[in-house]
Amino acid sequence: MSFELQASLRDRNFDMAVSLADGETVAILGPNGAGKSTLLSVIAGLLRPNAGSARIGDKELFTLDDRTHFWTPPHLRGTALLAQEALLFPHLNALNNVAFGPRSAGASKAASRESAQRWLTEVDALDLADRKPAQLSGGQAQRVAVARALAAEPELLLLDEPMAALDIHAAPLLRRVLKRVLKNRKAIIVTHDILDAYMLADRVIVAEGGRITEEGPTRQVLERPRSHFAAGLAGLNLVAGATTSEGITTPDGRVFAGQHDPHWTPVPGQAGVAAFPPSSVSVFLGDVHGSPRNSFPVTITDLEPYGDQIRVRASSGPPAQALSADITPAASADLGLVPGMEVRFVVKSALVSVYPA
Amino acid sequence: MIKRSGYYGIPRWIYVIAAVGGLLMVLPLVAMLLRVNWPQFIPLITSDSSIAALGLSLRTSAASTVLCIVLGVPLALVLARGEFPGQRLLRSFVLLPLVLPPVVGGLALLYTFGRQGLLGKSLELAGIQIAFSTAAVVLAQTFVALPFLVVSLEGALRSAGSRYEAVAATLGARPTTVLRRVTLPLVLPGLASGAVLSFARSLGEFGATLTFAGSLEGITRTLPLEIYLQRETDADAAVALSLVLVVVAVAVVGLSYGRRRSSAPAEVQP
Repeated sequence: MSFELQASLRDRNFDMAVSLADGETVAILGPNGAGKSTLLSVIAGLLRPNAGSARIGDKELFTLDDRTHFWTPPHLRGTALLAQEALLFPHLNALNNVAFGPRSAGASKAASRESAQRWLTEVDALDLADRKPAQLSGGQAQRVAVARALAAEPELLLLDEPMAALDIHAAPLLRRVLKRVLKNRKAIIVTHDILDAYMLADRVIVAEGGRITEEGPTRQVLERPRSHFAAGLAGLNLVAGATTSEGITTPDGRVFAGQHDPHWTPVPGQAGVAAFPPSSVSVFLGDVHGSPRNSFPVTITDLEPYGDQIRVRASSGPPAQALSADITPAASADLGLVPGMEVRFVVKSALVSVYPA
Repeated sequence: MIKRSGYYGIPRWIYVIAAVGGLLMVLPLVAMLLRVNWPQFIPLITSDSSIAALGLSLRTSAASTVLCIVLGVPLALVLARGEFPGQRLLRSFVLLPLVLPPVVGGLALLYTFGRQGLLGKSLELAGIQIAFSTAAVVLAQTFVALPFLVVSLEGALRSAGSRYEAVAATLGARPTTVLRRVTLPLVLPGLASGAVLSFARSLGEFGATLTFAGSLEGITRTLPLEIYLQRETDADAAVALSLVLVVVAVAVVGLSYGRRRSSAPAEVQP
């Protein structure tokens, strides 16, 4: 049973269409305010869009247009929601929290407890069954919350940044648990973390400003990003422009020479992007003589440690565009780099990938 | 010396004014304690009329507290969570008895449920008389006490938020199940302190009761009315009965605040 949704909310400038095949897990990535949580609220029935429709298999979740106003309330949707905070009911112990879904569906007390024990075992939390939520650590509570969501036997599981509130020790364990339980299950996971997308999702959707800006198999999106957000996640600089025979030309006339994707014959003028890692960028003071290709003035905005390198963040414009270079601390000291300084970035064209936007 | 564990930033002169305020509350009680006729105390509070008044007060206050819970919980839920036109207006009217002189409330009730009142005429035809009966006492007490329960519970509902309810709904719980298994258990401390305050307010109710229910011994003469009546003839009895009310009030407030403090939400460990 597949899932399909199209919805728009005028006052949040939100308009997205999403579909999931049976057993598919999709990660939604995007900056804050991109509309990721709005999407989950609309699917769960906690937020009513102005227009749109959604269905899981034969079950209609909502149809809202000029003629029809069909709306299924949240408890009849089969879309369990797991939020950033576990939100375990504080007055029930872990076992009864997990048994809440089966009980609400009309199962007997004994059957609900049995099912709760099964799901607690599934998330390695059976030993926590008798504890109240206040006696659980963040990671433990979130594992119990996963069990509670799964015990409701949802058709579609919605996860809203489930790892975001956990410390770095608790997150890996929960990620392993999720990897196991999300296998062959329809789920949408909103995340900031590229690792979640890699480990948990079959496919990635990048959302920015209430719209879907990019989607595709996780690997492809990270290796050939087309949106600035995905490029940022993949640690790549991204420049958009018109394709030429040697690379791309930006709207303001800068030329980025690079390697075209194999099996791609660019049509001159076609919209394309050039992606290159910060390690392929060198920093120079003053004018560089010779070929102006792949060399352009920038203003340094920030310097920060990055592994054993210094990441030089700079803006180049107009229009202002963020680009990064990784150089050694020695080189940085040698050049006397400080924020606000005007320098020149030179990019090795052998390390620039050019592909269609 | 007071052990200080941090910087509080309260100027010293504030303590002086606070002390004056505290004295204004405590001094009258002390003055009353000094006037109590201790040797006669037990006989005074165990006279037939006193016992009748105290019994009636406790019974009617318990009944009006139950009525406050039955009517106040839905009101608070609708005010805190609902969304409908006239919501702010409804809230204003629910809070009105807090600031209205009780005698005005009593008059209003009389023109509603009295023999010639808005509903009273129809009730009379059906053979039901409310004014000047024990039912009228309960009604008057409910009228003045309901806002205490609604305000207390609405505050608890607002600070609890509705995130747990949203989660419960996505887990498949019907709205009635969510109310019974999630919302009410979460706001139980707020509901309890609201009920205790309503009980205390009912117990002290005087003006609306006198206006709407009169002062018939054993039927509508509650403890505050008995105290007012005794004051004319037997000041010692009035003071003794007043002390009984003070003790009950202290117990009720202590119960309410003690509970609230102990039920403060525990910090969740990270």
